Amino acid sequence: MDQWWPVFVRVDLVPLSAGVLAAMTCALLGNFLVLRRQSLMGDAISHSVLPGLVIAFLVAGSRNPGAMFLGAATAGIATAVLVELVRTLGRVEPGAAMGVVFSVLFALGVLLIQQAAAENVDLDAGCVLYGQLEMLFWEPPAGAAVFSPEALATIPRQLWTLCGVFVLTVLFNGVFYKEMRVVCFDPAYATSQGIGAGLMHHALMVLVAAATVASFEAVGSILVIAMLICPPAAARLLTDRYWVQIAVSAVLAAASGVLGYWGATGLPGLFGHAGVNAAGGIAVASGVLLTAAVFAAPRHGLLPRLLRRRRLGRDVVIEDLVASLYRLGERGVRSIPRDRLPRALGRGEWDSASALAGKRGLIVSDGRTIRLSPAGQAFGRDLVRRHRLWESFLVSEAGLAVDHVHETAEHLEHLPIEPDRGPDIDPHGRVIPGQETE
Amino acid sequence: MIGPTEIPLAAVCSECAKALSAVRELLAFATADTALAHQNVSRPASLTEAGVSLPAWDELSRILTFRGGMNTSTVIAGTSLLGLAAGVIGVFALLRKRSLVADALSHATLPGIVLAFLAAAALGFDGRSLPLLMSGAVVTGVLGVLCIQMLVRHTRLHEDAAIGIVLSVFFGAGVVLLSVVQTGTHGNAAGLNHFIYGQTAAMSRSDAVVMGGIGIAAIVTAFVMLKEITLVCFNDDFARVAGWPVTAIDLVIMALVVLVTASGLQAVGLLLVVAMLIIPPVSARFWTDRVRLLVVLSGVFGALGGYLGSVVSASLPRQPAGAVIVLTSGVLFVLSMAFAPKRGVLATGLKRFRLRVRIAGDHLLETAFEHARDHGDTVAVPADVLRRLARRRGWPRYVLPMLVSLLRRRGLIARRGPTGFLLSPEGKAAGARVSRNHLLWAQYLVSHADIAPSHVDWSVDQVEHVLTPGLVEGLERSLRDRGVAVPPRTEGAG
Repeated sequence: MDQWWPVFVRVDLVPLSAGVLAAMTCALLGNFLVLRRQSLMGDAISHSVLPGLVIAFLVAGSRNPGAMFLGAATAGIATAVLVELVRTLGRVEPGAAMGVVFSVLFALGVLLIQQAAAENVDLDAGCVLYGQLEMLFWEPPAGAAVFSPEALATIPRQLWTLCGVFVLTVLFNGVFYKEMRVVCFDPAYATSQGIGAGLMHHALMVLVAAATVASFEAVGSILVIAMLICPPAAARLLTDRYWVQIAVSAVLAAASGVLGYWGATGLPGLFGHAGVNAAGGIAVASGVLLTAAVFAAPRHGLLPRLLRRRRLGRDVVIEDLVASLYRLGERGVRSIPRDRLPRALGRGEWDSASALAGKRGLIVSDGRTIRLSPAGQAFGRDLVRRHRLWESFLVSEAGLAVDHVHETAEHLEHLPIEPDRGPDIDPHGRVIPGQETE
Repeated sequence: MIGPTEIPLAAVCSECAKALSAVRELLAFATADTALAHQNVSRPASLTEAGVSLPAWDELSRILTFRGGMNTSTVIAGTSLLGLAAGVIGVFALLRKRSLVADALSHATLPGIVLAFLAAAALGFDGRSLPLLMSGAVVTGVLGVLCIQMLVRHTRLHEDAAIGIVLSVFFGAGVVLLSVVQTGTHGNAAGLNHFIYGQTAAMSRSDAVVMGGIGIAAIVTAFVMLKEITLVCFNDDFARVAGWPVTAIDLVIMALVVLVTASGLQAVGLLLVVAMLIIPPVSARFWTDRVRLLVVLSGVFGALGGYLGSVVSASLPRQPAGAVIVLTSGVLFVLSMAFAPKRGVLATGLKRFRLRVRIAGDHLLETAFEHARDHGDTVAVPADVLRRLARRRGWPRYVLPMLVSLLRRRGLIARRGPTGFLLSPEGKAAGARVSRNHLLWAQYLVSHADIAPSHVDWSVDQVEHVLTPGLVEGLERSLRDRGVAVPPRTEGAG
């Protein structure tokens, strides 16, 4: 019967689900931290739960989940309150206040853990940092079915703790969905509406502490910070909507959990290496996903933004070329030699622009000279009309001097809007071409 | 920590057994490390025995005066110098509001340390030489800072998120690399762990010399460039307009922070080295508003923290030096925050309390004076008038009796009769002055600031207590110039 249990279930299932649960729990809380620009509170709390944990451990004498949770929650609240005290009473800059509080508390934790380690080896400074994800084996009694109570009873306690905190977090998200939205985007309004922003803040801090302590055995306290910040930050780059932000961050967190765990345990095996630290792998995976979002997010990513800007620049150059050719046509010049473009139009990337305009059917070329195609003629007329309409609008409505309007009109002509039909002559005395007539 | 023997041995299939044995190997390494960390520590049998046993005084004094053996003296000198340098440089990080960037930087050094070790091992050097590991730390630390700047400048993420991201992802990468080193065949890699929590005892003489050298270089640079750095810290826009290379100066500040961080890695560990950069400057800030003094004080605090911390750690068993140093600095911080004469909590609290008492007393005298004015000098002020005042001001119960006895002791209240009390001549004068200031300021607001008469009372209440005689004269003059009637001076008021 034992044979029947696949290796995956025994060795990987529990750590994998612990990693994914921890990542999702942290991400669901991290959204609020990132949106409220308090990411570093997560940093501070995940450092400073350590003394709370150790004290709870020393007092309770065992890894009693209730005591540990109480210790962590107390430490979380204490951190938030102490940071606030140092900031207001001592008039210290917020970042420095945070740094002072959490580094002192963390040092206290390290000291206590060294004391405790001498007496009891169950607590170790290393596992606080890295977690011990790989050690969460599921070792059911021989012959038990997968979902039998005996088998379930042997699932490591850490997974149940994580499940509990995850459910709590989901509940918090669901119940206070609207309230947290207001608190995130307009705290002053939230307070005026009777939503205690301070109370919500402290509830959030308690939950962050709970998530930290539940995750810390699995992924370690430093890597909790990655889980708290990276998926929400990546989601922030991918969407502008609140509920999408929450959903996307949860999905990204789960993805980094799976990817990171596989990348740390499965991937090196393919190359014949031993596995590496899975918690670190998950943090790196979340960083990789974030990097991808930084570069490739459709709206806010660097590459799409770069592409959009380049496309816009190219369109503007083409439009400038067509408009200039149209203006030359008004003066009777129907075609112009390619190599005289710079002299006629000023410096610019006219070669590539004319090639592209040719490809779009706006100009025709017979090798040496170029001229507007009928479509280009119509396009150029539109542009020049828009330009001159804006000029007359700026003079008559905005009260600008006649010799100051060209620059602005040069920008506005590229936008798909135009003022209402104005006079037939622009401020410089040129005819404003009509919409249809030649 | 779960011991290796606790790993179940049920080898169900070969694949599973392979996975298990890999884990067991990893565990064996991990326990070996832990054992190494505690190797020079005799394990006591119980917690009570593990309790702190204080060293004898002569031993403590020997350590305090650098006579505690070559190794101990080296460590103490090194950490004191490090504390001095970190304190000095930390001031600039604080003033530039970069304290937590330094935190991200120190976490980001971990992958660099491990990579430097791996590179050295691959090339056949000794991977554990301190300068080599430190240069690796500097490289990834700087890379982390650049990443933060990139994220802040080019994405919509804010600095807090950027710091958190860099800190955690770089550290995660470091943890992954560390586990690669530990499972691989890279010789003795156990020492790398100590860069996380620091291991002062492992400091050799040459390490201390490197650390001290870097510290002194950082301090000298800081003092040579003090004017420029101060300018950039306080008003970078002005510095830019005045033609200073602000970016370059910023780079120098950051480079100093990186250097100090890297040199502090071995002593206090990368998790806590940032505390040496943050806590001393913040503590020193309570004592002074002058940059030069701030730099000096912060350096002294840092050195003191390093010195006392390493002495305590050397004289007591099982005290990790990094944590003790940070806690010592923390104690200095708490003392500074509480007792500093200028910006300390007690001093400002006392000042605020005195002001509140004075204002409450003013209100009482004003009420009593106005009652006497309206009802005649010889009529005692009845208690319920005062009770009404207390209710209107929202004073707690104990305030009124306290005030009355205080004013009596100062001789402002003359006699306390069964129906109330009478003001002494001085008390009457003081009440008259407050009452008149109230009227003056109210008239000023109505005539000069165009505030409706029904709206002035509240703001007048705040101001009437802080009007100086000079200000009162100015008010009188300006009201007279406008032709507004100035309330007459009552006898004794002024």
